[in-house]
Amino acid sequence: MKVRRFAPFFINDPAKHQAIFCDIKVFDAGSASPYTHGPIGFPRIKEIRRFEMRAILTAYATLTLALSAPSAFASEPRDGQLGFQDAATPVMERVIDFHNLLLPIITLISLFVLALLLIVIFKYNRKANPEPQKFSHNTMVEVVWTVVPVLILIVIAIPSFRLLFLTDQVPEADMTIKATGYQWYWGYNYPDHGNFEFVSNMLTDEEAAAAGEPRLLAVDNRIVAPAGATVRVLTTAADVIHAWTIPAFGVKIDAIPGRLNETWFKVDEPGVYYGQCSEICGVKHAFMPIAVEVVPQADFEAWVDGQRALAGLEPMYEEIKVAEAQ
Amino acid sequence: MAYAQADHADEHVPGFWTRWFFSTNHKDIGTLYLIFAIMAGIVGGWMSGMMRIELQDPGVTFLTQFTGGDANAAYHFYNMLITYHGLIMIFFMVMPALIGGFANWFVPIMIGAPDMAFPRMNNISFWLLVASWILLVLSMFAAGHSGLPGFAGGWVLYPPLSTSGHNGPAMDLLILSLHVAGASSILGAINFITTIFNMRAPGMTLHKMPLFAWSVLITAFLLVLSLPVLAGAITMLLTDRNFGTTFFNPAGGGDPLLFQHLFWFFGHPEVYILILPGFGIISHIVSTFSRKPIFGYLGMAYAMVAIGFVGFIVWAHHMYTVGMSLNMKAYFVAATMVIAVPTGIKIFSWIATMWGGSIEFKTPMLFAVGFIFLFTVGGVTGVVLANAGIDHALHDTYYVVAHFHYVLSLGAVFTIFAAWYYWFPKMFGYNYSEFLGAAHFWIMFFGVNLIFFPQHFLGLAGMPRRYIDYPDAYALWNYVSSIGYYITIVGVAVFLWGVFHAFMIKKQRAADNPWGEGATTLEWTLSSPPPFHQFNELPRIK
Repeated sequence: MKVRRFAPFFINDPAKHQAIFCDIKVFDAGSASPYTHGPIGFPRIKEIRRFEMRAILTAYATLTLALSAPSAFASEPRDGQLGFQDAATPVMERVIDFHNLLLPIITLISLFVLALLLIVIFKYNRKANPEPQKFSHNTMVEVVWTVVPVLILIVIAIPSFRLLFLTDQVPEADMTIKATGYQWYWGYNYPDHGNFEFVSNMLTDEEAAAAGEPRLLAVDNRIVAPAGATVRVLTTAADVIHAWTIPAFGVKIDAIPGRLNETWFKVDEPGVYYGQCSEICGVKHAFMPIAVEVVPQADFEAWVDGQRALAGLEPMYEEIKVAEAQ
Repeated sequence: MAYAQADHADEHVPGFWTRWFFSTNHKDIGTLYLIFAIMAGIVGGWMSGMMRIELQDPGVTFLTQFTGGDANAAYHFYNMLITYHGLIMIFFMVMPALIGGFANWFVPIMIGAPDMAFPRMNNISFWLLVASWILLVLSMFAAGHSGLPGFAGGWVLYPPLSTSGHNGPAMDLLILSLHVAGASSILGAINFITTIFNMRAPGMTLHKMPLFAWSVLITAFLLVLSLPVLAGAITMLLTDRNFGTTFFNPAGGGDPLLFQHLFWFFGHPEVYILILPGFGIISHIVSTFSRKPIFGYLGMAYAMVAIGFVGFIVWAHHMYTVGMSLNMKAYFVAATMVIAVPTGIKIFSWIATMWGGSIEFKTPMLFAVGFIFLFTVGGVTGVVLANAGIDHALHDTYYVVAHFHYVLSLGAVFTIFAAWYYWFPKMFGYNYSEFLGAAHFWIMFFGVNLIFFPQHFLGLAGMPRRYIDYPDAYALWNYVSSIGYYITIVGVAVFLWGVFHAFMIKKQRAADNPWGEGATTLEWTLSSPPPFHQFNELPRIK
């Protein structure tokens, strides 16, 4: 199993495990195998009824199975990073490709201007050139420095529009998540899965350290999404404007009161992806991060059933599995 | 007869109180504006210092010292600092320096006019700005959000954060402050348009007019057309806040986005208002110190007209993430990229003016050449941001902060310093120290680049703007950026020392034309400083 800087699916240190999952450690005792790790996507549980317990146990077992198929991936900024975060979606791949086209162009333009300035500085200073020339027109160069920038802009515009059309046209979505911005946390609904709802608050520095997660990015309840699925995200806000973004997805969309915006992502690589509110929203603007946990489909189903159980709903996937087993 | 006598007594200078408080002389009002801009710049620069010290290391450790350890108050304080830093630098530093200061001083002289068309209106323009400043300062100390002082929602004033999000009187005072500042600027702009259209010396056609006068004329039109839109938008904010209207409140059928459209319809021309006078100044300086006429004069003038015009039809590129339709985004991408063409013409024409010249690198020229390169860097990142597809990743990150500080903090501000040194001997009659001027340039050039270049990296890595604290991974470049601030402050200290040095220590009288044959505009035909009233006999332009 690959060792990462931190593993989002499981925590190897039992002490940390207890710190976060103190509320559900009862299941450790009740289950057959000595689990040393558990899903992070679970909310804390105060009271557990019978059928919920069954759903959660199933979810827990499913996730534990998933551990044998690891490849956990985390997207967060790295120390002293110079460029974009690694792409997790096709959109971000295209953003990076486009930037890889733009960066050489703008660097060359800047260096070209710098070179001209250096030539002027060294060749036409008072010592090197005591007698100034007197020309003030040259139609040829004026045409060139008008037409060439236009051509460069066309070279930029074509991939730019392609990228824009890819980003903005939400493909046929497999599922929808609704994100609502509040001062200063996010609320999430899963309308396709019974519209269960949970809120996502930032972990304090101590909690984040205990969870082995990055400060100011870690949240208590992550969005959980299935790997490989096209997910539509709807955003709105309850008080002031916020913005929902995940840098690794190349996605940023304002959450505006009275409006419903949409964007999308499709992530193949399971892992945890972090973002931060990107429209000033008041006192704790810097402290309402976004975390998306992408998991294999089976784990997602188990998580959904767990969430449904919490919301007092019947499981959505479990019966199917039971039926299949029979 | 009385008039004839007054003519002879044209060097009769009124007493101190009348001269500086009831002033109707464009040069005195220009000086007042410059003093005002320097003081406002020190306040705005102090605010950047508070922010950079806080951001130097991860964690909130510095601003809490001012709030008695209250973290929420410190967060609010930080947001307040970014808000007032922006507003002060735009409305009370760059605009007063370039338009109120240098344009007031030199547009009448350059076009061969004795004064502005409406001298008393000129006076009220300045004193309205002082009134506006007082309102702004009051708003910093009035209650904003739940008793915490000041408005802390960014200079863009987006509702609902500026309506329901800030229930205290701070925002109302700020709205009034901007109304008054807007009135001041509109009056000033009307004055410039009237002066330039009606008071040019005989023979000075528009196509013979110096480029600085051209740039101010275009800027004045941008002001007259865009500021009323801001005034309307913030009036709607005011009534939404106080009189139960719901222009921007969806609960009453309004839309927060309406404000953003109105704001940026003002806000985008505003950024050209900040830079266009600087374009004019750079043309003069480059031509003077190269001892060559400006290359492509008409192209330069109409490039500015084009920039001003296109500047009005690109506003929504500030709003790519608000959920606009695809077609609208595509239009704004295309329109925005068009601006790169006239801007490129200006950059290349400046270089062509220098090409073949005999360049003397006095302090103004250092700032001008520094400006050309840094404005290019800021310009090309603007081309990156113009693309909506990539802006979805970069919007509201430090990449944007780096971009607009390259064009403003390293662009517009460098033109202000260039103009300051260029016209210092003319305005005040004293020579400044070239050594201190050059030291100021090099320290500042190094410092501001160290502040803002690493912010590109932070933005690409995803660090959002307007954050008092950041994930630890962003620590390195924030640290470097803060070091850059300390270096810049040394540069500013050298600048202030240079001013003191010129007036109090060096005290060397300046020649009428210290720059030699390259300086061809009318101000260099006058004494240094110019007489209290110039051109009692109008110059004739051949």
